[in-house]
Amino acid sequence: MSEVIVLVDVVDGNATKPSLELLTIARKIGEPSAVVFGADVPASLAEHGAEKIYQLDDAVYGEYLVGPKAEALTKIVTDASAAAVLVPSTTEGKEIAARVALKTESGLITDAVDVSVDGDTVTTTQSVFAGNFTVDAQVTKGIPVIAVKPNSVAPEAASGAGTVEAVSVDVSDAAKGAKIVSTKEKAASGRPELTEAAIVVSGGRGTGGDFSEVEAFADTLGAAVGASRAAVDSGWYPHSFQVGQTGKTVSPQLYVANGISGAIQHRAGMQTSKTIVAVNKDEEAPIFELVDFGVVGDLKTVLPQATEAAKARKG
Amino acid sequence: MTNIVVAVKYVPDATADRTFDSSDNTVDRENVDGLLSELDEYAVEQALKVVEEGDGEVTVLTVGPDDAADAVRKALQMGADKGVHVNDDAIAGSDAFATSLVLAKALEKLEYDFVFFGMASTDGGMGVVPTLVAERLGLPAVTLGGEITVDGDSVTIKRDGDVATQEVQGSGKLVVSVTDQTGEARYPSFKGIMAAKKKPVEEWDLSDLGVDASEVGLDAAWTKVVSTEPRPPRTAGEIITDEGDGGTKLVEFLASKKFV
Ligand SMILES: Cc1cc2nc3c(=O)[nH]c(=O)nc-3n(C[C@H](O)[C@H](O)[C@H](O)COP(=O)(O)OP(=O)(O)OC[C@H]3O[C@@H](n4cnc5c(N)ncnc54)[C@H](O)[C@@H]3O)c2cc1C
Ligand SMILES: Nc1ncnc2c1ncn2[C@@H]1O[C@H](COP(=O)(O)O)[C@@H](O)[C@H]1O
Repeated sequence: MSEVIVLVDVVDGNATKPSLELLTIARKIGEPSAVVFGADVPASLAEHGAEKIYQLDDAVYGEYLVGPKAEALTKIVTDASAAAVLVPSTTEGKEIAARVALKTESGLITDAVDVSVDGDTVTTTQSVFAGNFTVDAQVTKGIPVIAVKPNSVAPEAASGAGTVEAVSVDVSDAAKGAKIVSTKEKAASGRPELTEAAIVVSGGRGTGGDFSEVEAFADTLGAAVGASRAAVDSGWYPHSFQVGQTGKTVSPQLYVANGISGAIQHRAGMQTSKTIVAVNKDEEAPIFELVDFGVVGDLKTVLPQATEAAKARKG
Repeated sequence: MTNIVVAVKYVPDATADRTFDSSDNTVDRENVDGLLSELDEYAVEQALKVVEEGDGEVTVLTVGPDDAADAVRKALQMGADKGVHVNDDAIAGSDAFATSLVLAKALEKLEYDFVFFGMASTDGGMGVVPTLVAERLGLPAVTLGGEITVDGDSVTIKRDGDVATQEVQGSGKLVVSVTDQTGEARYPSFKGIMAAKKKPVEEWDLSDLGVDASEVGLDAAWTKVVSTEPRPPRTAGEIITDEGDGGTKLVEFLASKKFV
């Protein structure tokens, strides 16, 4: 069986959940080979079907933006005569994928929310125009290079050999043009990761700048916290929590929008959520067109009451 | 002297009903009003700021149909000095690879220190064209800058990632992409609107760029759309007005769905 090259993200020694999802998808296409940059090779890779693990442990990969990683991945893909390449649809993943696709003259599909395989044909599903359309597409040149969104499939355990193969690549000077001069780690929120969370509770301009009610309700549900761009632009919540066209796309089981009007650019990031609930003072707010349940009211009173009620139910 | 080319795209208005052309599954660009992609306005703004602080010129470059001239005009009204519009029927339906080829060939004919891009187009929105252009031109790409600082021939950006904030630096000829975190883009002033009428716009077609028609367009695409499906409308939900028990009712709903 041909190799399917899977770029995995390792954070604090662990493979991220989206990485394990990629391995699960890869098994539908061929034999998964994981590619790891850095010193740690998490056991979870072999436990999710990775037959081979290419490890590239060289400081150069952390010193520059995607250039060196893209060259290394291209070499692995070419040497392995890979059948397909899967990467996480993050900003870095997409940039690496774009360079690998061009270098190998292969078609690229980004932001896939599903990948299906029929014989040799790999078909991807994407959600476009702010989630208003679903598009199925195929790569017609080279091998499929696909950037896949989190939560596309449930990661399935499968035992793979997990044979580690150290790879070293002579990175060209041309790939070293964008130097990372400083990195400042952010403090962890202690909440689930926004794009992976089963429940997202978010706040907008209607919070008036105080996210405490939103956070308290999120915590009783074990949810991630999100924000509209209006809230982010006002400096009320960090940009990495923005949901929408220029923020994160989330597709949780439950999305609770508080004090958010529901502009098209916000919808673009949450419209595919399974269940949508909103609290908004204005019964005309467009967010109510999307909801399964809506409360017309002031979030400053509705949310604290909901938090108490949820706590009471949990006992 | 800093010369910056800003690549801008003419896109269907996001607040209109965007759809697909049923004959070939490409984005319907005919029945929807278009405009300069809002996300590219941020790139124009940053380029103007850089040039205003020193001296130099801002050239806007677009690849698109006749109407795309509107996008060029808007950027000229904001203050860009001149425009280049690559327009050729053969380009219609191009994917990101072909678009990046045309942009790269056009850039080879222009003088520049930096090329600024938006973070993503608001229609196709893959966000890969800047990277692809850089790859084709053999240039480094300093992408997704939320803050852009230009000092001589080097550009430093601040990038706001999920786990860390980073500073990234590049120098020499560079591709830079600019996010919507860089600060509001200016509105054209009356003076700007009048001045734009006299600014030069060059029109190029594929023969001007030495690109063969077979390298671009729908038939040259490296991917194909096999189907497009409008999302089924969401079924109308229950909406209640808070009468002192809105929070409780909300949780009753969540409990009925087993979320609590
Ligand atoms: C190119 C582009 C990209 C964009 N990208 C994004 C994006 O990624 N994400 C995003 O969110 N937006 C994005 N936007 C902005 C978007 O168009 C809206 O401006 C934004 O989503 C509005 O945020 P909001 O709903 O919080 O604020 P508003 O639209 O001001 O709505 C606030 C809502 O709160 C309600 N409210 C006020 N007080 C209370 C209260 N006490 N209790 C309950 N309800 C209350 C009001 O009735 C109102 O409906 C983008 C725009 C552009 C042009
Ligand atoms: N047809 C085009 N003409 C000029 N610039 C473009 C075109 N398409 C994309 N771009 C540039 O590339 C950026 C990213 O586009 P995309 O990869 O399509 O999301 C945009 O913000 C523009 O700066």
